[in-house]
Amino acid sequence: MIASPPATDVPSLAEALARRTSRPWTLMEVCGGQTHSILRWGLDQLLPPGLRLIHGPGCPVCVTPAETIDAALQLAGTPGVILCSYGDMARVPGSQQGLDLLAVRASGGQVRLLTGPGEALELARSAAEQQVVFLAVGFETTAPATALLARQAMALGLTNLSLLTAHVRVAPAMASILADPANEVQAFLAAGHVCSVIGTVELEELVARFQVPVVVTGFEPSDLMAGMLRAVELLEAGRAELANAYGRIVRAEGNPAARALLAEVFAPVDQPWRGLGVIAGGGLALRLPYDALDARRRFALPPLEGSGEPACPSCGAVCLSGAVLQGRATPEQCPSFGEACTPEHPLGAPMVSSEGACAAWYRYRR
Amino acid sequence: MSEPLERIRLGHGGGGTLMQELIDQELRQLYRDPAQPLHDAATIARPAGALAFTTDSYVVHPLDFPGGDIGALAITGTANDLAMAGARPSQISVALILEEGLELSCLRRIVASMGRAAAACGVAIVTGDTKVVERGKADRLFITTSGIGVIESATPIGPGAIQVGDQLLVSGDLGRHGLAILAARHGLDLEPPIHSDCAPLWPQVEELLQAGVRLHCLRDLTRGGLASALQELANAARAEFHLKEERLPVLPAVANACGILGFEPLHLANEGRFLAVVPAEQRAVAETLLGRTGGGWIGDVRAGATRVVLRTRFGSERLLLPPTGELLPRIC
Repeated sequence: MIASPPATDVPSLAEALARRTSRPWTLMEVCGGQTHSILRWGLDQLLPPGLRLIHGPGCPVCVTPAETIDAALQLAGTPGVILCSYGDMARVPGSQQGLDLLAVRASGGQVRLLTGPGEALELARSAAEQQVVFLAVGFETTAPATALLARQAMALGLTNLSLLTAHVRVAPAMASILADPANEVQAFLAAGHVCSVIGTVELEELVARFQVPVVVTGFEPSDLMAGMLRAVELLEAGRAELANAYGRIVRAEGNPAARALLAEVFAPVDQPWRGLGVIAGGGLALRLPYDALDARRRFALPPLEGSGEPACPSCGAVCLSGAVLQGRATPEQCPSFGEACTPEHPLGAPMVSSEGACAAWYRYRR
Repeated sequence: MSEPLERIRLGHGGGGTLMQELIDQELRQLYRDPAQPLHDAATIARPAGALAFTTDSYVVHPLDFPGGDIGALAITGTANDLAMAGARPSQISVALILEEGLELSCLRRIVASMGRAAAACGVAIVTGDTKVVERGKADRLFITTSGIGVIESATPIGPGAIQVGDQLLVSGDLGRHGLAILAARHGLDLEPPIHSDCAPLWPQVEELLQAGVRLHCLRDLTRGGLASALQELANAARAEFHLKEERLPVLPAVANACGILGFEPLHLANEGRFLAVVPAEQRAVAETLLGRTGGGWIGDVRAGATRVVLRTRFGSERLLLPPTGELLPRIC
């Protein structure tokens, strides 16, 4: 009774999966929400031997560059600035261990945790003498809401609202994983919620370019089992195709209004991902005229470099979060996991967010 | 501006006539015998049997939330802590810290709510204190209550009495209070609205005792929810607490809202729910009594590693850990 998923068919899906799996296969679930759901419901315990899941990098909190976190921490500690963001970002360490937005708030910095960008707009209108900075992170799921905020801020002529953006795009990250010579992923479970916005065109391109099956997959236990079953069916049949196992939510064209908004406000840009390095086309940058809202420009912050940035630049302790994000290590293979690194004292970002693979392992499996 | 609101001023805590006026007009009605002259200490007849004594501070934001307010919470919460020791709550003290500028109408509302809660819990408010702090030094209104009760259980109730083989039951559906507070705090319009479960626990404990159930341990499921309570008790008992996921009573509306916001329902606070640990042979009786309020059996205590394990309806298992810190809504 914890949730009310349409879950009655999980056992039969598990049986079908066992019947259809004739040899070892390696799948990657891209989205951190899927990782969380798999571990929360113990779905990996229901898989046939040989069917392996690699947890993907689809946690926006985890891949936000430490430099961006550092910039947010700096702004939050600046008199006259109110830094706002989502609750997930509150405990993400920057490059200095132990320093996060909650620590800055405890030292007197103005930090507000919001449930949506609309609150940042209200805040900016009600606190005209303060500079409000919204730390905007997330995949194509949250980027349209940021785009709407940008459009509203411009329309209202607000001069005290700016955006520190770290929005990321999921398809280029998948391409980067596939292009790696050491890649072990044979099929993807694509992130259903992102696809509900962007549609399936970018994934079709991925399938064609890399000849890899991709299955658009949801988040409930039965959605995930159905996605895995479809992926195994495609692999067993030797077919590199796109399949949609989340048809009740995802349409091929996605959400046209949200896509138009994204295209109006943002342009794809090469962007560093924490622990992964620069991903070609992996980020979204504010385009003209919305770049007037760019907090980096307004506060003369240095541009992002992030080349080859380790997941945890300065803490000294071993942190394999880069390898975890690339699927090259499981969280429990990290010597710091559960010892030097816990949700209370995280070394790397994947231990912070509820969608981070390390946090999910810690919570459900340790 | 319309006419100035009546508000608390620093002078209301200054010990002079203004304070006397506040006590006489607003607070005296709360006391056991409002006509009695106030004294520095309440006197209480010595009861037969052992006493339970507890204290708690209440700093809820916002003060009002669907299904309750800080006043109801301050009385009910402390009375419930006593009930968890197997004690019938009897007397309570109320200390108020008021922020300068608090609307008198708000204070009146909270005081009236405390009066109603005291009647519902069967406790007398016998002593109290009021302080006023400068604006900005408190969040409108803080309340500290202490309470005493007379223990009616023949056997000790506490973590030390838990044994391998004991059965775990909860007294009703989980997570509503915490979700109601978070929704009010973050301005989330949940549809349908979720109301706090704030309610006195002694009546259910009394029923269990009268039915002859040997309560090994009771724990009210406040901050940290069921997950924190179970972890604490598992640590104390050095045993494995094993839960059946499909037996955990969470309303679909609560589960759905948690799914959207990224909360674990078992991390959310309850203010009218408790966990009962009982011997195996008394599970059925306890189950019948607690079933009347939507509660029931959820699992058992096993020999094994100190941990809380949840078996899902699919037959897989996972750990159930307490929350890390502040509960915050997630991104998407």
